[in-house]
Amino acid sequence: MNIAITLTVNGVVRQAEVPGRRLLSDCLRHDLGLTGTHVGCEHGVCGCCTVLLDGEPVRSCLTFAVTVDGHDITTVEGLAAPGGAMSPVQRAFAECHGLQCGFCTPGFLCTVTALLRDNPAPSEEEVLEGISGNLCRCTGYQNIVKSVHRAAEIMAEES
Amino acid sequence: MTTKLFGEPVRRREDPRLLTGQGRYLDDLGGDALAAAFVRSPHAHARIRDIDVSAAIDVDGLVAIYTWEDLPALLAQPLPLLIPHPALTHGRTAHPLARDLVRHVGEPVVMVVARDRYLAEDACALIRVDYEILKPVVGVEEAAQSAQLVHGDVPGNVGAHLVQEVPSAAGLGAREAIETAPHTLAFRLDIERSASMPLEGRGVYARWDADDRSLRVYTSTQTSTSVRMAIAAKLGLPLPKVEVIAPDVGGGFGVKIVHPWPEEVLVPWAAILLDREVKWAEDRREHFVSSAHERAQVQSVRVGFDDDGRVLGLEVNILHDHGAYTPYGIIVPIITSTQLLGPYKIGAYRVEFSSIYTNTVQVTPYRGAGRPQAVFCMERTMDHIAAHLGADRTAVREVNFIRPDEFPYDQGLIFQDGRPLIYDSGDYPESLRMLKELIGWDSFPEAKAQAAAEGRRIGIGIGCYVEGTGVGPYEGGHVQITSDGRVHVSTGLTSQGQGHETVFAQIAAAELGVPLERVSVVTGDTRRFGYAVGTFASRAAVMSGNAIALACRKVREKALRIAADALEAAPGDLEIVDGEVRVLGAPGSSIPLATVAVLSNPLRYAFDEEAARATQFAGTSAFDRPPVEEGQEPGLEGRDYYSPLRSTFASGMHAAIVETDPLTAEIRILRYAVVHDCGNLINPMIVEGQIHGGVAQGVGGALYERMVYDEHGQLLNASFMDFLMPYATEIPRVETAHLQTPSPLNPLGIKGAGEAGVIPVSAVIASAIEDAEGIGIDRMPISPSDLFDLRRASTGRSTSET
Ligand code: FES
Ligand code: FES
Repeated sequence: MNIAITLTVNGVVRQAEVPGRRLLSDCLRHDLGLTGTHVGCEHGVCGCCTVLLDGEPVRSCLTFAVTVDGHDITTVEGLAAPGGAMSPVQRAFAECHGLQCGFCTPGFLCTVTALLRDNPAPSEEEVLEGISGNLCRCTGYQNIVKSVHRAAEIMAEES
Repeated sequence: MTTKLFGEPVRRREDPRLLTGQGRYLDDLGGDALAAAFVRSPHAHARIRDIDVSAAIDVDGLVAIYTWEDLPALLAQPLPLLIPHPALTHGRTAHPLARDLVRHVGEPVVMVVARDRYLAEDACALIRVDYEILKPVVGVEEAAQSAQLVHGDVPGNVGAHLVQEVPSAAGLGAREAIETAPHTLAFRLDIERSASMPLEGRGVYARWDADDRSLRVYTSTQTSTSVRMAIAAKLGLPLPKVEVIAPDVGGGFGVKIVHPWPEEVLVPWAAILLDREVKWAEDRREHFVSSAHERAQVQSVRVGFDDDGRVLGLEVNILHDHGAYTPYGIIVPIITSTQLLGPYKIGAYRVEFSSIYTNTVQVTPYRGAGRPQAVFCMERTMDHIAAHLGADRTAVREVNFIRPDEFPYDQGLIFQDGRPLIYDSGDYPESLRMLKELIGWDSFPEAKAQAAAEGRRIGIGIGCYVEGTGVGPYEGGHVQITSDGRVHVSTGLTSQGQGHETVFAQIAAAELGVPLERVSVVTGDTRRFGYAVGTFASRAAVMSGNAIALACRKVREKALRIAADALEAAPGDLEIVDGEVRVLGAPGSSIPLATVAVLSNPLRYAFDEEAARATQFAGTSAFDRPPVEEGQEPGLEGRDYYSPLRSTFASGMHAAIVETDPLTAEIRILRYAVVHDCGNLINPMIVEGQIHGGVAQGVGGALYERMVYDEHGQLLNASFMDFLMPYATEIPRVETAHLQTPSPLNPLGIKGAGEAGVIPVSAVIASAIEDAEGIGIDRMPISPSDLFDLRRASTGRSTSET
C-alpha cells in the first residue's frame, strides 16, 4: 500500500507515493530522480547518503521516506546557488582536489555545509571530528580536510 | 609548444559534474529498468538438492526467476579463466549460477527479476534452496593439509605451484648460498585478507534493442572492451552488435578488473530474453561475500648474509590463499614472487609458491596486487638482518641497493606480463637520502630517548619498494579535431577516479598546441574506442597517455601538412599555438585548426559556411591530384597505439613514526613520509592524491582491515560496521617528496603512480612498531589487542614492566 508524501526538496515542493518501507535514499534517487545522493552501504556507516533534513545532516539510508513527510530536504543538487554557481564548499573541494571517484563526495559536501554553518572557523580537530562519520576510499582524507579549511576561508572572504 | 600543461597541477575537469550531483554512476542510470536480485548461498560448501520457487511466484511485480537449468548452453558453462598459466594446472572457475555445488558463502544460485529491487528481494526471500551441507575448507594452511577438497578433482587443493630460481653471479643456488653464508636467519610471516572495497559496488545495466538486434551494456568495470568481448562470446552475439560503457565509476582498486562477473552476463541475457531493460546494483553485503578479496598469504623465509648485511641468498616459500575459484589466474602470487626483490641486488634467489583453494570468496588483485605482501617479506627481512647485526636499518638497505649506474638492471625473473623483469631506471640511494632527511631519521634516537624519558614509546620504521607499472600488451588513443576546432580524445581503458579526463586532456593540449578547454576526453566507451586492455597495474597514464601523445603527433603532422598547403609554407616552418597554425616568424600568416579540419575533408555538400570552404567548387583542390591523396584519409584525426617492450619500474620509500600506548597498546601514527619516483609527472596534484589515497588504504591494511572467516566459512564481519576501514581520524597527514627519474622506455618518460602509496605501508608500520616495542612483528594487520597479546607473550618484555 502506497502512502502519499510531500517533501520540500532543494526548495521545490515534491510529491511521491511510496510504500512504508521505502528508504529516503531510494525515494530521492528513484522516485524523485535526484541521483546525486549515493548509497555506499545501506547500513548507516559510510555517510555517502548524507542529506540535510531541515538543515541537519542525516543518513537517508536509515530514514524511511514516509517519516519525513512535510519536511525540508537539501541534497547535493541543491547546494549550488539557484543560478548554478557552486557553493564555497563545492569550490573548495575542486580547488583542493578533495575528491577522486566522487562517490563519497555528496555526503561529505552535505556534512561539511552543515559543519561550517554551525562553526565557520573550525580547528583541525573540529574538522576531523566533523567529517569522522564519512568514509572515503580514494583520497586518504588529507585533501578533504584541506578543502574544509579552504571552504571556511572562502566563506569568510565572501561574507 | 607554448601551452605549458604537461606537469602542471591543472584542476580536474570531472569535478564540476561530480560536485553538483551530475555524475552518472551505474545505479543512476536506467530509472525504469527492471531490477535483478540474487539468491546466494548461505553455506561455504554444499550440494544443491532442490530449488523450490513456488512460494515466490505470487510476489507482486515478479517478472522472472532463473536457475542454472534455465541457462542456454554457452552461459551454462563455467566462466572464463582469464589468465591461463602453465603452472596453474588446476584452474577452476564458477558457473554464472551455481550448478550443483556451492563453494563459498555468497555464490549466486538463483536470479530473480522484478519490477523493483524491493520486490525482487521479496521473491528471493521466498525461494527455498535445499542444501546438503559439506565440510568446508577454511584457512590456507589447513587447506594445504586437508583431506577435504574444495574441488573434487583438485588434489591437495593445490591450484598452482611455481618455483622460480635465480642463481648468484658465482653460480650458487639460493639454498647453497644461504648455507655457506656467514649469517643465516629463518622466520615466518602472516598477512591477512583484505579487499578493495570501493564505495560504489559493482553493477550492470543492459538495454536490448530488439529492432536493431543490438545490446548496450553499462557496467561498473575496469575494462569495458573485454567485458564486451566476453558478453558477445557468452551470448553468441556478433561483436559489432554489442557495446559496453563504463559510466562514472565509484572506485575500483582492482576488484572491478575481474570480468565477466556472473551478473555481467546474466543481466544482459535476461534483458534480451525479456526484451526489457534490466539492472542490478550490488549491495554492500553482496560485495563482501560475492566479489573478491586479496592479500592473504603465509610466507616462510630463509636468508643468508654477510657481516655488512649484504644478502647472499634468499629463499621464500609462499602459501597463497586464492579462495574458491581462479578466474584471474595466479597473477597475485606471481607479482609477490617477482616484486619481492624490490630495489635490491640479491645474491641468489629461490621463490616457490603454492596457490591453494579454500571455501572462501575468490582472491584477485587489490591495489598493490601481491606487492604489499612482497614488500612486507623483503623489508621484514632487511629489519631482521639489521637487528641480527646490530646495524642501522637504512645501512643494511643501502648496502644491498642496485646502484644508479647499474640500470637497466635484470633481475633474471619473468614478470606478470610474461616478459623479463628488467628495471629501466631509478635512483635508490638518492631516494633513501631524501627520505631520511624528510623524516629526520638520523636525529630520531634523541627523540626516542626524549619520549622514553616522558614515559612514551615511539618508534620509527622504513619500507622500500619497486613497482612494475604500465604493463602491456597495449593501449590506444584516438584524436579528432572537428571543424568547430574542438578536440575529441578517446581511449579504451576506463576511469575510476584517477582524473584521466584531466591528464589525458593535458597531454593532448600540450602535444597539439590547443587550449585545454577545447579538449574533451572519453574513456571506457566501446562506441568510441574498441581496442583496449583495461585499468590496472598503474598502467593508465603510461599506456593510454603515451598512445594519446602518439596519436596527437600523427594529427599534428597531418594538420601541418594541410596548413602548409594553404599557407604556402613548408611544414617545418609552422607551429601550432593556441589552436592556430602559424608560420614561424610571420605573425600575420596563420590558419585556425578549425579551418584545417575543414580542409582535411573534401566535401560535396556544405552544411555551414565553414564547410563551404572545402566543397568541390571552392577552388581549393589541385587538378593534378585526387581530392584525397593516396595513403591519406579524410578528416583531421589520428589513431595510434603504445605497446611497450616491457614494464617500467616506479619506486619509492616510506617512513613512519608511531607511538604505542604503554597501557592500552593503542597504535598511533605520528608522522608519515613518502619519497616517490614515478618518472615525469603529468599532474602533480593528481599524483599526490593517488599517494594519499594509497597510504590510507595501506594504513587500513596495516592496522585495521581483515576478513574474519570462522571455521564454517562464514564471513563474520561482512559490513562496514565490523570491517574497519579508516576514517579521517585514523589517517596521518602524509608528507611527500618527489624524485623524477624518467623512464627511457616511453615517449613521455612516465611511470605508473596509482598503486604506489599502498605498497610498503604494512612493512613500514611493522618496522616502526617493532622499533617502539622491541618485539618482533611478523603478521599484519596488528590491532591493539594483537599488540597487547604480543607483549604478554614476549619473553623480553612483560606487561608488568609498563
Ligand atoms: S549508504 Fe547510508 S550510511 Fe552508507
Ligand atoms: S572520492 Fe572515491 S570514495 Fe571518496
